[in-house]
Formats: sequence, C-alpha cells, structure tokens
Amino acid sequence: MKVITANRLLDGDVVWLGENDVWVERVTLARTFDGKDAVAEGLSIGAAAEKDQKVVGVYEMDVTIEDGVIVPVRLRERIRAKGPTTHPQFGKQAQAVSA
Amino acid sequence: MYRYDEFDASFVNQRTEQFKDQVRRRMAGELSEDEFKPLRLMNGLYLQLHAYMLRVAIPYGTLNGRQMRKLAHIARTYDKGYGHFTTRQNIQFNWPKLEDTPKILEELAEVEMHAIQTSGNCIRNVTADHFAGAAADEIADPRPYAEILRQWSSLHPEFSFLPRKFKIAITGAPNDRAAVQVHDIGLQLTRNEAGEIGFEVFVGGGLGRTPMIGRKVRDFLPEEDLLAYSEAILRVYNRYGRRDNKYKARIKILVHETGLEDLKADIEGEFEKIRYGVLRLPDEEVRRIEAYFAPPPLEVGSDISAKVEVRRETDAAFAQFLAHNLNPHRVPGYTSVTLSMKPIGGIPGDASDAQMDVIADLAERYGQDEIRISHEQNVILPHVKLDDLPALFDQLVAADIAEGNAGLITDIIACPGMDYCALATARSIPVAQRISERFGTAERQAEIGELKIKISGCINACGHHHVGHIGILGLEKKGEEFYQVTLGGSANENASIGEIVGRGFSSEEVVDAIETLVDTYLGLRSGKDETFLDAYRRVGEAPFKEALYGAA
Repeated sequence: MKVITANRLLDGDVVWLGENDVWVERVTLARTFDGKDAVAEGLSIGAAAEKDQKVVGVYEMDVTIEDGVIVPVRLRERIRAKGPTTHPQFGKQAQAVSA
Repeated sequence: MYRYDEFDASFVNQRTEQFKDQVRRRMAGELSEDEFKPLRLMNGLYLQLHAYMLRVAIPYGTLNGRQMRKLAHIARTYDKGYGHFTTRQNIQFNWPKLEDTPKILEELAEVEMHAIQTSGNCIRNVTADHFAGAAADEIADPRPYAEILRQWSSLHPEFSFLPRKFKIAITGAPNDRAAVQVHDIGLQLTRNEAGEIGFEVFVGGGLGRTPMIGRKVRDFLPEEDLLAYSEAILRVYNRYGRRDNKYKARIKILVHETGLEDLKADIEGEFEKIRYGVLRLPDEEVRRIEAYFAPPPLEVGSDISAKVEVRRETDAAFAQFLAHNLNPHRVPGYTSVTLSMKPIGGIPGDASDAQMDVIADLAERYGQDEIRISHEQNVILPHVKLDDLPALFDQLVAADIAEGNAGLITDIIACPGMDYCALATARSIPVAQRISERFGTAERQAEIGELKIKISGCINACGHHHVGHIGILGLEKKGEEFYQVTLGGSANENASIGEIVGRGFSSEEVVDAIETLVDTYLGLRSGKDETFLDAYRRVGEAPFKEALYGAA
C-alpha cells in the first residue's frame, strides 16, 4: 500500500496527497493507493500539482495500517511524518495534540 | 578580518536581488523546480526532509559579534530559534520558508555575510585552523591566504561548473587542526631555508564513499604562486575530472586514476603557462590583505594568572575546563578558549539564538570581538586574557556552553543524519547523544583522555567518520538502522583513514560496542599518556576485534 508525498513549495513542509487532490499535512489523512495503476494515477496528480507550483519532489512511499491508522513503513518516512526525533518540540509532532 | 571590499558588496547585493527575482518567478510559476533547483543551490538553499535548509558561509570560520548577533536574529525571526554549526565551519538554518529567504539574504548582506558557494559544483567555503592568528605554534596566520583564495574563487566563471564540488583547507601551524589532508586541496604553511613563506600542497584528499588521504604535489610552493598554482590544479581537474559518474567526479578519483606523477606533470605544465600572468600574487597585495587580519593589540602578560589558579583549586568543573578547552596563545597572558557546543547528551553543533547572543556579547567583552567556528562544530574565542577566564567561565556555565570536554570522547562530530538530511540512511545525532550520556561524567572523560568520535549518517561522510579515532557510519539494513565502526582514523598532520573493525551493530548495540572498545583501550594502554589512537596504532585491531566479536 502506498501514499504519495512531497514537500510544499512555499515552506517546504511535508505533505501527502489526500482525497479530492488536496495536499494534507498529516500522513493519517493521506489517500492510499493499491496497485501499479492506482499509484501511477496518484503520481500523475502529484506531477500536475508540481506543475502548479503547489509542491516539489513528488514520490510514492510504502505505508501500512496499524490500528486503523496509516503508518509509514520506513524510518525515514516516519521521521518525515513526525519531525526530528532529536527535537520533539519541532515539526509535526509538536502540533500532534491538536491534530 | 574578512570584510567586504566594494566589489564584494556590489556582487553580494546583485546576487541577493537576482535571487529575490528568481524566488518571485518560482512562486509565480515562471520557473519550474528543475530550473530553480540549481539557482537555489547556488545560494545555499537546500530542500531537506522537513523543510528548506539555508547554509550560510562563514569564511574560514571567522566572524565577529555583530555577525553572530545577526545569525541569532535570523534563527529567532525566520527559523525555530536555533542554528547548527557544520563541519565546514558554516551555519545551517533548518526551517526557513522559501519566501523568506531573499529577506534573510538581505539581512546577512547587512553584516557582510552570504550563502554564495555553500552548495553546488564550485569551490566551497575555504576552511582554516580555528586557532588561526592566535596559536602559539603558528608559522603564520593562514586566513589572509584563505581570503585571497576566497576572492579568487568567488563567482570564478571558469570554475562555476566543475565536475563536482571542490573544497580547500589551509593551516598555518605544523599541528594540523584544519584536516587539510582530507580536502581536494590542502595547504600547509611552511618556511623554506631562506625563511620565506610558502605552502606544502596536497591534492586529492577527501572522505565520502571513496576516502583518500591527499597526495603531496609540492613541498614548497612560493607565496606568490598560490593563485596560479591553484588555478592550474583546478584547470587540470575541470578538464580531466570525470563527469560521467557523480560518484567518481571528485579530484581524488582523478588523482587515483591518472596517477600522481602524470597528474603532477599536467599541473606543472598548466602552471608554467600562467605563472607569470595576472595571477602572480604581488607582495604588496598579500600585505594589504594581511592588514585585514592584523592581530588585535594584546598586552603581554604573565603565563600564570593568580585569579585562575585560585579558582582552579576550588572548582573542579573550572579545572576540567582549563585542562581541555584552552589552546596556547602566541602572546603570553592570553589563551584561545573553546566554547563547547557539545553539552552532555546534547546535539553536537546546535546553538540557540540566546546562546548566539551570549557568544556575541562575550566575544565583544572578553575576546577582542573575534569568534571562530571550528570544523569540530565548536565555537572559539581566540584572544582571551587569562585573568578574564573565571568571569568568562561563569557566563559560559549560565549559557550551557561550558562543558570542559574539548577533544574528549563527548566532543563528538555528528552530521545532521536522518533527523534532517534527505540523503541520510540512519540517524547520527541520537547516537552521539547516547554516547555522550554514557561517558559524560567528568572523571570518566578525563580518564579516557583524547578520543575523537565522528559519526556520519550516510556514506557521504559529512560527519568525517573515516578520520575519527573511532568512526561510526550509519547505514540502513533490512529497514533498520545499522552502524559500521571504523578504528584508527585521524585528520591531523599524520592523517589516516580508519579501518572497518568487523560486522556492524544495531542502534541498540552500538553504544555498548563503543564502550567495549574504550574499555579495551583502557586495559591495554601503556600509560595515561598513550591516547586511544596511539594505542591502536601500536597494537593494531586484533585486541579490539576480539573484545567485540570474541576470539576468531
């Protein structure tokens, strides 16, 4: 299972492709893609968003569902989804309570 | 010290204006990311895991209080209240917004700073001994030459599209603290029999995925030939360096593939063509630049300060600080002080905006308004009166930059690793933090003595692991972080590349493995004077290997 991710152009923030082609700031809100064709469709939506100056560096990444919640598979993506492990006061994890 | 001349001021301002327009065009959709990326990189702006990252140049690691205060202001205003000093004597900001970067560059230009050539395939910030202009063992201050090289290499049209990045380091002392032998060009100041200043020249050193110690191409390069010879090296590299494979594009590969003698002949041939041309350095020009770096007026004092001695007797932390964080100054009565950016359990090289403000204040008050950043990610006040040490120390304690651990096991170099870096394969900082905590007591550190641990979070080796006495390289294996350990590396005048000791360790195991290595060293050293590196060089890897993996 995959999700599509990128960084937002203006502030570099990590975003994932959500429903209705909206870029969301939480991996838990991302739209999941199963299978080659679905992923290709997601990447093409990403490419269009890149062209529209919304995001940069679009790629697909592996996720699983744990307790009904989307969780990135690789550590790198888990860190991207939360923020630096050395700085819990910064990044998305700092806003986790309100999310 | 480095200051803009009119030419610098105008090109930095032009570049800032250019970049402002490029950002505007990017945001308006007139430039694609593919078009914009090389432009932003030329201005030090990367895109990392969580955000953009702006790398600001600190030429040869030298700055003053006003500049440090500006860095604090930028950290506070445009970032999240901190910056990170790098192994190239620069500073990185981890969270700037794209739209703010032109404004940041404008603010930097107000204090004669910029981010030009902190990225890209060009000649990067020239680095130098962080005790330059102060050290007792110095032949001459290397910074005037670093500045001459900076002026020559800034926006050099011929060398703006090299096969790969190009790094130059220079030291003015026989004790090399600038790691010159692991740079593309390493310059070691020396004197010939006539007493004239010149350079030993090393070429083709470097770390990364193919670590190599630089090869000596000149025993004595006269001062006047510095630029012509450097240009000759760059021309040979620019012409013959590989462009087909970015991993084989550094000059070290060219040295390796061409062979030293052939390459030397190429360099000398090119040099002969240009040595009497415009790049010949006139003596008056060198002296003019030297005047920028005129030493501050320092009153010769006593080698012993009663104030210091009284305090030493009663304050163990102060005594430890004195034992490790001072470097002998050429003027009696003064010393160079290392402010440790390695608090126990802390993040190597990070400084908060408040700490930067404190450093600026202390430099102005106690340090002749001079500050240096070391490639070991610490901050130096190069000219401090011995009598001022107790008062200075108290203020360092208050700012949490007073750890007396310079050169000790907790004075770890670590790259940002996977907590920030898009290239990283594992985290570096948390490993550094855990090692620091494990060995963090004053007694234990002092007992172990000089031991340089260097950690990189990927094969690109920004954390200089190859030249750590103990080096740690973070990799990914089956989706998990995995750490390879090397022993016996060194970046000083007797530089060596560390050897992999055996199979790597998981994140959980790696700190225990380091402790095993340290305990093994303590058990076999010939005495307290034999450092880890000396002991390793004497006994070889066998006892360490056995301690880690058992008898073969």
